[in-house]
Amino acid sequence: MRHVISLLIENESGALSRVSGLFSARGYNIESLTVAPTEDASMSRMTIVTTGSDDIIEQITKQLNKLVEVIKVVDISESAHIERELMLIKVRATGKDRDEMKRMADIFRARIIDVTEASYVIELTGNQGKLDAFVAAIGNELILETVRSGICGVGRGDRVLKV
Amino acid sequence: MVLSGAEIVIRCLQEEKVEYVFGYPGGAVLFLYDALFNQDQVRHVLVRHEQAAVHAADGYARSTQSVGVALVTSGPGATNAVTGIATAYCDSVPMVIISGQVPTAAIGQDAFQEVDTVGITRPCVKHNFLVRDVKDIAPTIKKAFHLARTGRPGPVLVDIPKDVSMHKCEFSYPDKVEMRSYNPVVKGHQGQIRKAVQLLLEAKRPMIYTGGGVILSDAAEQLTKLTRLLGFPITNTLMGLGAYPASDRQYLGMPGMHGTYEANMSMHFCDVLLAIGARFDDRVIGNPDHFAEEPRKIIHVDIDPSSISKRVKVDLPIVGNVRDVLDEMISQIEAANARPNQEALGAWWKQVEEWRSRDCMKFKNSDEIIKPQYVVQKLWEVTGGDAFVTSDVGQHQMWAAQYYRFDKPRRWLNSGGLGTMGVGLPYAMGAQLAHPDAQVACVTGEASIQMCIQELSTCKQFRLPIKICNLNNRYLGMVRQWQQLFHGGRYSESYMDSLPDFAKLAESYGHVGIRVERPSDVEGALREAFSRKNDLVFLDFQVDQTENVYPMVQGGKGLTEMILSAEDL
Repeated sequence: MRHVISLLIENESGALSRVSGLFSARGYNIESLTVAPTEDASMSRMTIVTTGSDDIIEQITKQLNKLVEVIKVVDISESAHIERELMLIKVRATGKDRDEMKRMADIFRARIIDVTEASYVIELTGNQGKLDAFVAAIGNELILETVRSGICGVGRGDRVLKV
Repeated sequence: MVLSGAEIVIRCLQEEKVEYVFGYPGGAVLFLYDALFNQDQVRHVLVRHEQAAVHAADGYARSTQSVGVALVTSGPGATNAVTGIATAYCDSVPMVIISGQVPTAAIGQDAFQEVDTVGITRPCVKHNFLVRDVKDIAPTIKKAFHLARTGRPGPVLVDIPKDVSMHKCEFSYPDKVEMRSYNPVVKGHQGQIRKAVQLLLEAKRPMIYTGGGVILSDAAEQLTKLTRLLGFPITNTLMGLGAYPASDRQYLGMPGMHGTYEANMSMHFCDVLLAIGARFDDRVIGNPDHFAEEPRKIIHVDIDPSSISKRVKVDLPIVGNVRDVLDEMISQIEAANARPNQEALGAWWKQVEEWRSRDCMKFKNSDEIIKPQYVVQKLWEVTGGDAFVTSDVGQHQMWAAQYYRFDKPRRWLNSGGLGTMGVGLPYAMGAQLAHPDAQVACVTGEASIQMCIQELSTCKQFRLPIKICNLNNRYLGMVRQWQQLFHGGRYSESYMDSLPDFAKLAESYGHVGIRVERPSDVEGALREAFSRKNDLVFLDFQVDQTENVYPMVQGGKGLTEMILSAEDL
């Protein structure tokens, strides 16, 4: 099962390696990991997408909690939550493809943020599925580069991860 | 008061009432050694290899209730320390390791004796720090000691660049530590404890299984009280030996791969298992699927939530400090004036006694050749069962654990988790320094002892009258045993040729060496060794080369699938 784990961690050098090292040392999967400081610069918020059985996810949260610099851990995928990922995708835009790319961007409510004679850079935000669908819709032969941020997640409504 | 970083480090150690620092100097720690030189409160023990510094500090910590401290230089000093740090980490021993680092400006420049110490040690410490500013030294060391000794204990490393130890700042040692990200649970959940007590009182076939956590939280007294109050059978793991007196009737011996028949059968067939400060290690329960086949309720008390339901699904978890939880259990049972089901318990004990009557620890002694088990039995007799016993890793470790009956906690020091050969002698050094008047024995083998044999020199310098009992079978005994049983008797690289004459080797270091070849000489040699109060005595016992450790549960097999003796093969 796929899980989205959010955590607050001290914004100190080496904190990221403690988390990533834990995953590799214990053989857990990381599908994506994003991290950046929060409104309180002494703290970072991390979103980890992982897969595993219930037992493994339980161990992952326990092991993360055990890291001295980790302040709080929540599996936000246990209930209603929102996930977003940012993608910057550079595509070939010549001839008839140029109009087609523009149309595709409109359909997916993406934005073209850089234009040259031969290419567009398209910015698209959404959940993983939407981004995957866009990539599939364009087709590999027109894609020059794909850059994805990995997922950011937040619980809906009253569910707040805060110190 | 304005002090240099190095002076601050030493002042911090003084504030923490550190008695001994085990270490080895080098370029990056010269200022620290200079600061040590100018005081006499913290005593330094100069080892002959950094690995031994960490092991000795670890042995000191295990045999006392305090934090062990080691000091090493950058680069190779730190990498040599890694085995010692990982050993302490696997057995949750509270330690602070201070390592020197190249100057801040040289970090990342591939400087002489530079390694990423914080990076290398990250997976085998509870936590580690690189101190970049002299003002951070005192708060960091305060945190390091706090982290090492609270919660599930463990080693904490503080890496200090040379320039930071040279810079000066105002010194004051913080009174307390506050970390928003670190607040270990102490008291167990009242409701969970109440449910556990209920389950224990209703049990028909109860069993208590305890590990190193009982010793780490100094809860032997509480454990003994609770076990006697309930009247249940009890087993202590390799890491937990001495938490409950081995000479007591309720004690069934050690469980696991080389545990007793009665302990393993009781673990397997009980209906309520009370696990305390233990972690259902693969060497304890064997195959977890086989263990899960028999239905039983499991109560698990542990300070580390990640130890609960890791290998075995637990019905009733209690997260908390073992001592506090046991205190609460005892007071609830006493308050209710409740007793377990006596009739069922009687029938269960009858079954347990039947298992015990198989006498699985018997072995065929010999008049011709020294049996290793016999040496340990005699060691127990000669020391009145009251020695600090350290071991290395292998067959001798199992025989020491099986045949030396520990009645007190912190008397048995060995590397249970990591299984590090070479710990025995440095552990004995730490224990002897902590307990100068006590009898300290190092039960070892001719292979393990050579992994830290250089420490005989340290023992001479610090006049440590350790008694080394070398069970010399000229084989890597445990490797040979597995090769005999599971690899068709192909003894690949398990024979030790060209051994030194250990008695003469000990003498060359200025100690006493005795070679013992006949069973009839074993007791006399031991008595002579222990009568030499001021000498380190190296007893080189030439033991049976073919002896195996039994009972044995093969790797991957179930706990009840035991080989009890050579006749079972």
